[in-house]
Amino acid sequence: MSERITDIGPPHYSKFLPPVIKENYGKWKYHTIPEPGVLIHVSETGDELISVRVASPRLITTLFARDLCDIADKYCDGYLRFTSRHNVEFLVSDKSKLEGLKAELVQRGLPKGGTGHSVTNIVHTQGWVHCHTPAIDASGIVKAVMDDLFEYFGSHELPAQVRISLACCLNMCGAVHCSDIAICGVHRTPPTIRHEVLRHLCEIPTTIASCPTGAIRPHPDKTLKSVIVNEERCMYCGNCYTMCPALPCFDSEKGGVALLVGGKVSNAKSPPMFSRLAVPYIPNDPPRWPDTVVTIRRILIKYAENALKWERVGEWVERIGWERFFEVCEIPFTFQHIDDYKFQAYDTYRTSMHFKF
Amino acid sequence: MHKTPLLDQLESGPFPSFVKDLKRLAPTKPAVNDLLGQLERSYKEKITHWKHGGIVGVLGYGSGIIGRYSDLPDEFPGLEHFHTMRINHPSAWFYTTQALRELFDIWDEHGSGLLNMHGATGDIIFLGTRTEELEPAFQKLTAKGWDIGGSGSAMRSPSCCCGPARCEWSCYDTLEACYQLTQEFQFDLHRPSYPYKYKLKFSGCPNDCVAAVARADMSMIGVWKDDIRIDQSAVEAYMGGELKPKGGGANVDKLDVQADVVDLCPTQCMWLEGKTLKINNRECNHCMHCINMMPQALRPGTDVGCTVLLGSHAPILEGAQMSWVIVPFMRMEEPFDELKELTSNITEWWAEHGKNRERVGELIMRLGMRAFLEAVGLPPVPQTVKTPRANPFFFWHKSDFEAEDAGRKYHTTK
Repeated sequence: MSERITDIGPPHYSKFLPPVIKENYGKWKYHTIPEPGVLIHVSETGDELISVRVASPRLITTLFARDLCDIADKYCDGYLRFTSRHNVEFLVSDKSKLEGLKAELVQRGLPKGGTGHSVTNIVHTQGWVHCHTPAIDASGIVKAVMDDLFEYFGSHELPAQVRISLACCLNMCGAVHCSDIAICGVHRTPPTIRHEVLRHLCEIPTTIASCPTGAIRPHPDKTLKSVIVNEERCMYCGNCYTMCPALPCFDSEKGGVALLVGGKVSNAKSPPMFSRLAVPYIPNDPPRWPDTVVTIRRILIKYAENALKWERVGEWVERIGWERFFEVCEIPFTFQHIDDYKFQAYDTYRTSMHFKF
Repeated sequence: MHKTPLLDQLESGPFPSFVKDLKRLAPTKPAVNDLLGQLERSYKEKITHWKHGGIVGVLGYGSGIIGRYSDLPDEFPGLEHFHTMRINHPSAWFYTTQALRELFDIWDEHGSGLLNMHGATGDIIFLGTRTEELEPAFQKLTAKGWDIGGSGSAMRSPSCCCGPARCEWSCYDTLEACYQLTQEFQFDLHRPSYPYKYKLKFSGCPNDCVAAVARADMSMIGVWKDDIRIDQSAVEAYMGGELKPKGGGANVDKLDVQADVVDLCPTQCMWLEGKTLKINNRECNHCMHCINMMPQALRPGTDVGCTVLLGSHAPILEGAQMSWVIVPFMRMEEPFDELKELTSNITEWWAEHGKNRERVGELIMRLGMRAFLEAVGLPPVPQTVKTPRANPFFFWHKSDFEAEDAGRKYHTTK
């Protein structure tokens, strides 16, 4: 045990930087994107680094990852990186290897893209593959949506970049709440209470405290040592289930997809914005979720057709107004769209005459 | 091999297929075959088949491993245990193939061979192993210089954009800051002792490529205080169409500098005099739009540092929050002592006052911004608010009257 190593943290990044980056660290002057998926960074010293960005499904095997390593060995002296949106970037220092790399990527079916005004890879979560609270799968929906929007991954045709993200429940491990288009798994049933096991699995005070709407109370029959749920107050967040495994809120028929739109994190032109509810519910429809795919495409196409140059989805919607967004995208407006959750709700009510018919 | 008629439909199409990939590994890894079988079942029943977690880990750590068990272990014995290991990634996710292969060798030997590059917080996610494999895998990882990341109510693995390693806009060394803060908080990262999770993200400029403003309790976003650097000859080249907007990243051949840049400036702090671009830098709010449009003509200034923002988290529980400005400008130079100290002050205050599973942003909402600012020693400054309050319900504390008595007009922290 004396040799046990702990608390060393990750390796220092300098071990993994290609020589051209070490020599030009902090000296980069500008970049160009000569074609979708290819970035060239130019240093004050005149040195250049070519990055070739390629899609990855995020959920991968060591076989796939080793293939990426083989490619990086052949064309990049063994250097590569990953982006915050699960893309792979091959770091090419030797310009003469670029064409060979591109040809090999085509041959291996690894699409390059995700730069500039594209739909880049979808940030997403685990879904049914590996999570205990999901309302939807993650990888399957991502695959279906990206297959459908594939032409936009490898092109710069849109008015601005479009960031799509997916979270398979309201916990939002994918923190999708500031995305141009957010796909969010929603439960729609209050938890079922497994009275017979609750007392063995859960601490009642923390379970009660976990409910943001105060819907959980001790069971009036004290001998039961369980809880009751005021179902009218439950908005199916699943937080009680996180605290208490005896309160599952899954329903194979009622779970599904909500779509939120118009968020961004960049400060360019307009401040960062939250995504706002566009479609409250689309039923789960594995394996390819056709309704979800079609609805996202419709929103994207309407945006592409109607937005001004450089306008992000949220900027477009703010300009035309939400009432116009629902009309243009042919999405019905429902009670669910009107915020009634705590203090943030009032900020969303219109207090001006600035609306359209 | 399990039959997977529904999943098989995800093998076709131009985007890389995870099903195709998993099927390649399934013949040699029974657990992966079982995973495909269980996932097929979820596709059929539209419901998850993973049980609520369980507490597993490696010796001496309370985080970095997430217990995962199938609710159908008899049918899919390979998934009886299928735990996650989070491996703390290197700053900005740069790798050599040699280092990656060492990691994959360990994972092939001790786990399912499935992974995420990367998880939402930034870690490399190793998906699927048995309890008895955790400690041997951990020891092999540390022997190769790797460590596991955070989970639960702990400091989470910090992450950063590619910064000065490959970007001309980075206003500080995001990679080194991320590394140093990760090292500084190793104890808190591996031994959950906070009310809930605490995430740090480092973005080099206000484009915020790691979504720090939305996804980190504490968001360090690079900023400059002086003048945007201008190459006027390049401005002219953009006007003439020799240079393409956004480096070529937009399907627009020629930039209209007046309409596309000047007129869209949110503070209207720039104008053209003939072919010369003029900027009243004092009025610039560093939104990055003009720089994004003309990367060869404009660059951030050289008096650089970061803005520290605090409080973002996903909707659970009080509704989603974005981080708000608490320190408009902090110089970011090694060894980043000011940031380390501020982080410690904040986490200590939060640990003392926070309720179980209350994020720091929620605690500030509950106890009030003033309580927070005074506790961590930050002054009230107008950059922290979009607007002052519209109601007359403000408090006066004893310290305010004492300041008046002492002849100072107002009490402030600094």
